[in-house]
Amino acid sequence: MSRVKKAFHQFGSPPWLFRFAGILSPILWVACLGLTAWGLYWGVFLAPADYLQGESVRIMYIHVPAAWMSMMIYALMALFGFIALVWHIRATEILAMASAPIGAAFTLIALISGSLWGRPTWGTYWVWDARLTSELVLLFLYLGVMGLYNAFDEPRKGARAAALLAIVGVVNLPIIHFSVKWWNTLHQPASISVVGGSSSIDSSMLWPLLIMAVATKLYYGANLLTRTRVRLVEENRNKRWVRDWIEGKKG
Amino acid sequence: MDHTPFIIGSYAAAAVILGWCALAPVLRMRKIRGEINEQMRRESARKG
Repeated sequence: MSRVKKAFHQFGSPPWLFRFAGILSPILWVACLGLTAWGLYWGVFLAPADYLQGESVRIMYIHVPAAWMSMMIYALMALFGFIALVWHIRATEILAMASAPIGAAFTLIALISGSLWGRPTWGTYWVWDARLTSELVLLFLYLGVMGLYNAFDEPRKGARAAALLAIVGVVNLPIIHFSVKWWNTLHQPASISVVGGSSSIDSSMLWPLLIMAVATKLYYGANLLTRTRVRLVEENRNKRWVRDWIEGKKG
Repeated sequence: MDHTPFIIGSYAAAAVILGWCALAPVLRMRKIRGEINEQMRRESARKG
């Protein structure tokens, strides 16, 4: 058996995945809390105010990472869903469905913080701008995936239907990303370019933003693994390894 | 315009949402553990 195939089989084994998530998630939680504290302190207390936006620029340190996460998690959820549909790996079904509430949480934060930033900057909490509207559609897609998953009595059927919706919804991601270029929007274009390497943001503001971006990724990883463990225990409650774990023998 | 309430509001909303999102699976796991414990207790009582 090839190494890749062996790794796939190991990954698909619920007891192995449960133990792996149990080891990795506390490490990710600690790293996430540490980086969040560092990033917030830098962003809220040390970074300068913007010459145009003033102090409200500090909202960016939560708004931008949340908006990035809302799209990244959706892409990963669709990828896990695709793998689950094609190769029928239960673990990826669980990962896809566990991603949905975390992605919805980040989307909601991006919308609320954006709205609170918009009031002092644009003079309004909300406009039906292409970026804002497509981000709101993303929230509805997450809610749709979660609702569809829970609408079935049989979890595997629900996960497949929800994975299909997640894959179809991927079409919204380029719309969100390019909305500020394709349409004349009130939302400003991107200040940071990963591909071109040119950023119009000063390094005193860029660093705390990047730290928060890493912290939110660690949050996703930690929360995803925590939710995966819950789902694995729920689905395997009559299995010996779960009973052993409950009795404190291992895991 | 004072921006402080908007900044505090943004961070408070993020803290509440992410806090709840982190806490929900922990509470769920506690509930499931309790259910399984109860089930195991009943099974062992039935066996005598």
